[in-house]
Order: sequence, then C-alpha cells, then structure tokens
Amino acid sequence: MLTQLFTASVIVGILASGIRLATPYLYAAIGETLGQRSGVLNLGVDGIMLMGAFSGFYVVLLTGNYWLGLLAAMIVGGLMGLATAFINVTLQANQGISGIGIYLFGLGMSDLLFQKLVNNVETVSGFPDIHIPFLSDIPYIGEIFFNQTIIVYGAYLMVPLAWFLLNKTTLGLKIQSVGENPAAADTLGVSVSGVRYFTVTVGGILSGVAGASLSIALLNVFQQNLTNGIGFIAVALVYFGGWRPLGVLFGSLLFSMINSLQIWVQVLGIPIPSDIAIMLPYILTILVLIASSGRFRQPAALTKPYERSG
Amino acid sequence: MKKIFVLSIILLIALALAACSGGTSDGGEGGPFRVAVVMPSPINDMAFSQSMYDALVKIQNEMGEDNFEFVYSDSMFVVDDASAAIRDYASQGYDLVIAHGSQYGASLQEIAPDFPEVSFAWGTAGDTFGLPNVFAYEAYSQEGGYVNGVIAAALSNSNILGVVGPIEVGDAKLYVDGFTAGAVATKPDIQVNVNYIGSFSDVALASEAAQTHIKAGADALTGTAQMVVGAIGVAEEAGVPWFGTQANQTSLAPDIEVASQVYDWTVALDEIINLIKSGTLGGKAYALSLENDGLLIEYNDGFDLPADVKSLAEDTIKGIEDGTITVEIAQ
Repeated sequence: MLTQLFTASVIVGILASGIRLATPYLYAAIGETLGQRSGVLNLGVDGIMLMGAFSGFYVVLLTGNYWLGLLAAMIVGGLMGLATAFINVTLQANQGISGIGIYLFGLGMSDLLFQKLVNNVETVSGFPDIHIPFLSDIPYIGEIFFNQTIIVYGAYLMVPLAWFLLNKTTLGLKIQSVGENPAAADTLGVSVSGVRYFTVTVGGILSGVAGASLSIALLNVFQQNLTNGIGFIAVALVYFGGWRPLGVLFGSLLFSMINSLQIWVQVLGIPIPSDIAIMLPYILTILVLIASSGRFRQPAALTKPYERSG
Repeated sequence: MKKIFVLSIILLIALALAACSGGTSDGGEGGPFRVAVVMPSPINDMAFSQSMYDALVKIQNEMGEDNFEFVYSDSMFVVDDASAAIRDYASQGYDLVIAHGSQYGASLQEIAPDFPEVSFAWGTAGDTFGLPNVFAYEAYSQEGGYVNGVIAAALSNSNILGVVGPIEVGDAKLYVDGFTAGAVATKPDIQVNVNYIGSFSDVALASEAAQTHIKAGADALTGTAQMVVGAIGVAEEAGVPWFGTQANQTSLAPDIEVASQVYDWTVALDEIINLIKSGTLGGKAYALSLENDGLLIEYNDGFDLPADVKSLAEDTIKGIEDGTITVEIAQ
C-alpha cells in the first residue's frame, strides 16, 4: 500500500493541494512578518481573517463581483489593522493580551454579522481557477503550478514583494531599525509610530485577503469560525521562518504539504490511525522548530511598546 | 497605565457577570412547557445542531407558542461555557434542559443531581448515568449510512467511494461505518476510501479531503458533521454525487445531492415531554431509527436517480425496518 503513495499522480496531488492549502497561511504570515519586524506582535490575525472572510463573502453574495469582495476584505482588514495599531502603538497595550481581544472580537463579530445578515449556509461563485495557456498543459508541472485561482498566485507573489520591501528599500530599513532599536531610529528622525502603523495596517489588509482567500476563492462559503485557527498557525510560521519571507514560505509549504500528505495516507487506506495522521503536520512543525531554534534572533524590540524617554 | 488597564478589564468582567446572572423566572404549574437547549454549533449548520433546532420549531408549531416555549444557546463549542449555560438554565426552572452534544455528558452528570426537580436530556448517547432526571437520546445513523452506501455503490462506475469524516467517534463513526457496510454489501469488490480530518469545523481541510478523494478516483462522496460544506462545494463543482446526513443538504448542492439521512428528534422529544408532564423526569434512553421514523431518507428530486437504484434503496430501508437486513459494524 505504501508504494501507492509514490506514484506520479499521488505526488502531483500532494504538491498541488499543498500549494493551494498554503495560500491563507502565506498571506497572513507575510503580513504578520512585516508587523513583527517593526516590533509589533499581532495575535489577532485569526480574528481579522474572519472579518475579511465574512466581508468578502457578503459583498460577493450581494453583488456577485468577487473583485469587489476582495476589495471589501482588504478595507475591513485594513481598518482592523489600524485599530490594532492604535491599541498597541498609541495606547501601548500589552500586545499578547490585546491581540487575543482582537481575535475574540473578530470571531464573535463575524459570526454575529453572519447570523444577522445571511443566517444560512450559502455558497457563492468566487474566483475561478485560471488555466494559464500552454503552461497548464505541461504534464505534472501544469497541474501543480498553473491551474489555481489568481488569489493563490498572489500569495506567492507576496513573498518576493515582502523580501524586496524589507531588504531593498529605505522603508524596509526603517521597519527593521524600528523593530531592533526604536530609540536609535527615533533619534535619526524615523517616526516609530508611523512605521508601526504602516506595517500593522498592511498586515491587517493581508490578513483580510487571507480570510477572503478561503471564503471567495478556495471554499466559496462562510461559516462560523471558518478559519479554524489558521491565523494562529500563521503567527507560529513567522517564528518558524525566522522573520524572513523566504523562511515563512518554506514553513507554510512544509506544513501544508504534510497536511495534504496525511489526507492521502488516509484516503489510500495506509493503516495508520487517523489521529496519528492528523497530528503529523504539527509534530513535524515542532521538530523543525526545535532543530532550527537559535538560528534566527527575533527583532529585539518585538512586543515592546516604544515610549520616548526623557 | 498598566494598572488602570487591568483594573478596567476586571471591572468589565464583573459587570458582564452581574448582567448574566439576572432574574430567576417562575417555573410554575399550568404555564407553557419550557425547554432550554445548549448546542455546540450554530442552529443553521445544516447538520447536527440544526436537526435539534428544527425539531423544537416543529414541536412548537404543533403545540402552539402558548403551550411550548424554547430558548437556546448555540455555538457552545467550549464545553466549560456550555456547562455554565446548562447550570444557568437549570436554576431558571425550565421543565427540560437539553445538552445537545456527547461532549457535554460529564458536565451533565455533575449538574443533574443538583437539580432533582429539573429534567435533563442529552445526546447523542445511550447512557442516563442511572440518574432519575436524565434522559438520553441517540441516532442509529449507521442505518441511513447503510442506505446511502447502497445507493452510492449502485451508482458508482469507478468502484471507488470517498468519505470525509470529522473525528473518529460517536455518531460520525456510526454513519461512516454504516456507509461502508452498505457499499460493500452491494458490491463486494468496491473500495471505500475513508479519511477523518480531525475536526468538526475545519472547512478548508474538508474541502481539500474531498478534492483528494476525487483525485484518487472516487465518483461518489459522503461525509458527516458541519464542516462538510467545504466538501459539498468541491463535489458540486466536480459534478460528483453527494450523500448527506444529519440534515437535508440539498440546498447547498441542488445538482449533485442524491439523498440525505435526516434526523427527526421529535420522535424522542415527544415521548420525553409526555413523560415529564406525567411526572417521570428521566431514566430512559431513546434511539432514532428508520423503523420509528426518527431517521428519514430524503431524496433530491433534482437528481435523476435511476428507478432500479431507487427501488433497491427502498427495499434496503424496508429490510432494515423489518430486520431482514442487519447493519453490522464494528463497535
């Protein structure tokens, strides 16, 4: 039975579904990376994702236009990001506690709005799969890489974009300096609050898109707690990836591939108890985390509110 | 700054608690029959919680709003919160408090003895803990699973079926095992691929599991619990027949839904209510079955089911009802 796992069609299936599964993790974790590099830990990602997922879904339900849905998710995500920044940067709240508050707000509010405005499990037609001409016809590769929705491609585009922003632009250097030594950045005339407002709001927008990637691209449905904790895994993936976009990409893919592997293991009837199979992605993630611990240092000012002294 | 923050949080919590504990109401004689129910998922989940909510609405329509009142707390996936709600409802003098979820059993076992005047019901379970004020109810969901399995096997050309399960326990396991048994009884060489995603709510993983089943060659799918909406979406898009359980899911997939096993809890609730009215507060366990019409197979008229397959399904239902077919599953 184990040999079945190593046939071409199964391996292609695992890779294609891993790439699809990684999408919401990537958007959310790349957004969270920006915030953390500037020193702000946002634990509320999952709540923002839920609000993004609902608003995107609702707008598509009303208008039938998935681009408008995406826009709505971005706006709502951005507003929640802005609120997160206000709480953490201006009010200097404890970032761990306030993040949980934002998560609970998003969880409850998205469900309340769903009950009041929709009150039914309904499906919408969201972003269609795009078959890239020629490329999608290549055996194996085509199915894995060139047969997904535009939202999936966008997630992978975020990785080089975030890398470029952080490492090749002045703004990126400001973000890093604010996350490492806000006092020094402040004396050099960098607005610590301004930079953090920017990164956390962009993080919120990306979380909104992460939620919408579920509700109007991959699943085309909304349900209470649709994200089911994806936002928290995304926060862990930022640590896993050593606060670097490429590391986050690696972590997201690893986690998702193993998740699709465990589904295949069960579907093919390989005799492993389902509970063990389900644990696989988590166990492996923890193992990699242990193996890679200490290789990357977290931003020195992470979770520390900045207050100008004197 | 920090102190004020912490203080204001404590104050808020205190206020919220005070607001919750308000007012005990009359549970007096002669008024309407009052039921409170605690459920793990939303009342419109197209699955487990909805089946109970629909039953209560049906009873209310039959008895009239003046004679039957019910309140509910849904989405109580945190057992601790549910347990507090159960205790709250019990102290407010409801005639019957329903804990709709096998995960609430331990809480109920603790709470019920404190309120000997209140009747409790819980499920899906067959155990009343030997308490005089606890009813239990369950569904022989393997029976409808068996019927669905028979139809699915008869429709299948690839001889591969796919099952998206939540967690390998209770009601879900009964349904899945029944489905497999029905399929194998119809076509002994059929392959039923089963996977459990480890969650009742992970829609994304359920969707991915359905895609995997289709890639692995399955040409008919089923699944149970509220996360299957993800799998149904995939089936609808791929045009693969879907078999539902717990509630009628046809509205989600009008083209490919073949049949749903629907739970009608009124079969158990009507008897429980009558017993309570005559003074018996518990001690009995009920099971929904095809025979007592607690389980119904509802076909989707929009799906073109061949006549011979439909009559095969009807024969199977009759066989289970009169005992000529026994659904054998490993316990």
